[in-house]
Amino acid sequence: MDRIAFDIAHLLAGGLVLVSFMMIYQERLTALLNVFAMHAVVLALSVSWQAHIQHAPHLYVTAAIALVFKAMIIPGALHRIIRRMGIHREVETVVGVGLTMLAGMGLVAMSIVLMLRLTETADAFAREDLAFALSVVLLGLLMMVTRRNAVSQVVGFMSLENGLILAATGAKGMPLVVEISVAFSVLIAFIVIGVFLFRIRERFDTIDLGALEEYRGENQ
Amino acid sequence: MNALLANPAYAILAIPAGTAVLLALLPGYRLTARLNVAASLATLIAALALFFVPRAAPRPYLLIDDLNIVFVVLNTFVGFTAAYFSASYIGHEIETGKLTAASLRFYHAMYQLMMFGMNLALLSNNIGLMWVAIEVATLTTVLMVGIYRTHAALEAAWKYFILGSVGIALALFGTILVYLAAQPVLGEGTMSMIWTNLLARAAEFDPAILNLAFVFLLLGYGTKVGLAPLHAWLPDAHAEGPTPISAVLSGLLLNVALYAVLRFKMLIATHPDAIAPGPLMVGMGLLSLIFAAFMLYRRRDIKRLFAYSSIEHMGIIVFAFGMGGPLANFAGLLHMVMHSLTKSAIFYSVGHIAQIKGTQQIDGIRGLTQSHPALGWGLALGVLAIAGMPPFGVFMSEFLIVTSTFAREPLLALLLVFGLLVAFGALILRLAGFIFGEPTGKVGPAEASLAPLYAHLALVLAAGIFLPGPVVAWFRAVAALLG
Repeated sequence: MDRIAFDIAHLLAGGLVLVSFMMIYQERLTALLNVFAMHAVVLALSVSWQAHIQHAPHLYVTAAIALVFKAMIIPGALHRIIRRMGIHREVETVVGVGLTMLAGMGLVAMSIVLMLRLTETADAFAREDLAFALSVVLLGLLMMVTRRNAVSQVVGFMSLENGLILAATGAKGMPLVVEISVAFSVLIAFIVIGVFLFRIRERFDTIDLGALEEYRGENQ
Repeated sequence: MNALLANPAYAILAIPAGTAVLLALLPGYRLTARLNVAASLATLIAALALFFVPRAAPRPYLLIDDLNIVFVVLNTFVGFTAAYFSASYIGHEIETGKLTAASLRFYHAMYQLMMFGMNLALLSNNIGLMWVAIEVATLTTVLMVGIYRTHAALEAAWKYFILGSVGIALALFGTILVYLAAQPVLGEGTMSMIWTNLLARAAEFDPAILNLAFVFLLLGYGTKVGLAPLHAWLPDAHAEGPTPISAVLSGLLLNVALYAVLRFKMLIATHPDAIAPGPLMVGMGLLSLIFAAFMLYRRRDIKRLFAYSSIEHMGIIVFAFGMGGPLANFAGLLHMVMHSLTKSAIFYSVGHIAQIKGTQQIDGIRGLTQSHPALGWGLALGVLAIAGMPPFGVFMSEFLIVTSTFAREPLLALLLVFGLLVAFGALILRLAGFIFGEPTGKVGPAEASLAPLYAHLALVLAAGIFLPGPVVAWFRAVAALLG
């Protein structure tokens, strides 16, 4: 196996995990969106490296989608939305940063132990990639449960989805990768930005989901 | 056109997809509601044709076998009756101004798109395509749940969206892992994602990767089945969306997710060294059953009540499939069909009742047999059926599940019976309030469409009294297929 190719793939996938950690401790929405853009750039680099070493030109499309759509258009649109709602300076913390970071480390350790132990027979490229991808997915989940703000939850979901794209590109020759990344992009653009945030904004002066919870049909 | 006639599977997919486009363009809710019903009927006829037309060989993308015919026919049948019910339901929503003509155009297009997604998921032979199809079905229902744009509807849709996306993300990770396990054996590319190929060679896959994949798939698709502890979206989505969608969610979408779990269970079960998928499913099924049974007691919203009842029944079904073996699988399959028919019938009556009373609060719904006998007795029969009273079909399937479990695992059977009794108590307690006593709230005349309600109840009753031989033979064949 080409040693350098392997190391670079490793470096980029590991970089994605690091950026995921950076997102966890961003308390300001604008900073969070900037870090997310960086997350998408690292993903694009990682996917194009995979495209290069697997000789799979269609993966460049996935990389381009990540770069243009997730690193530029989506963060830009979200920046505009939060500015228009006047929440761009807001600070939010639900669970302490230290505690969340510790939980994140636990998740990363768990996923690496789990994946490396269980997938001994698989291709070395794929298994290391999957171990990192699972870490990114779990960190995205962690972010979704520790944040209350709709925008941060969306960012958490998008970072989770970046982890899935990383996993899909790491599995050599997997079909439908491009289609799946397109489907995810459409999903995010269409639902999240278009429908929900606008409607939630339309009805509430806050997009803090904590405020929404009072409207459950069952106040006991 | 010839291809459409030769293989009904194409028609089952083409009709809803084409109609969705048409409905998005056509104005006027009366016309579109009728078109929605007609298209659903055409899809049902195409699905029934699956029984008669010689079956095509599995293709890279589409597959027809004994298992999915049951699901497709059930799906299109309830899809048709729900469309019929929906046509009278939305007329009322327009009159009261809860929905506008524009949102109805959207609603009808989404309805057909959802039917397309569900049918595609059921017919697909490619695990990647199946994932995409389930995602499409989920998204369209998210949009329909939020259609009233009230605080509660938005929160419900948001919660559904977030939890559904997490579930779908975990399922995709599981799908990637299955591909990874298959790739050394079947080679790179599409070949390793075709379910029939996977099933034929699953015994040669790496068992460790398959185990991990199944855990992710069970959690991911299990979220969509509504299994505890991943069920949190389900009651909100049922309570806040339009009632036809509650009926379709409970009766169909949960089944589609269950179908995905079953396909992967069949895959894992063929591998001698992989974990047995049964115990995991039995555990999650029992947990859902007992948890939901207790949650039935403190409900104040009638649609939430029946949403928890759906969690309970999905728990029973997953439990039965987890036990496995010819008898339990047969019972699980029968219970799934009975639950779909009964629960959608209940939602049809609840939808009209809530419209008449102007509330979904249980306190506001009393004495229905006096004020609205047809609806009231329909609801009463539906609740009796879903609670598992003889002679309805649900009783028979529950009886089969309990007896087959007693023969093999008496301790588990005790837990199962405990859960069933707790749920039974809650439902009967509520039922007394609904049908007896002085009528409360508005008692205006009802313009209800009773045909779908009573058609479903008649089917459930008929199945409880006598199951025709061919149906039994078919279910037996499917039960054997499920292993």
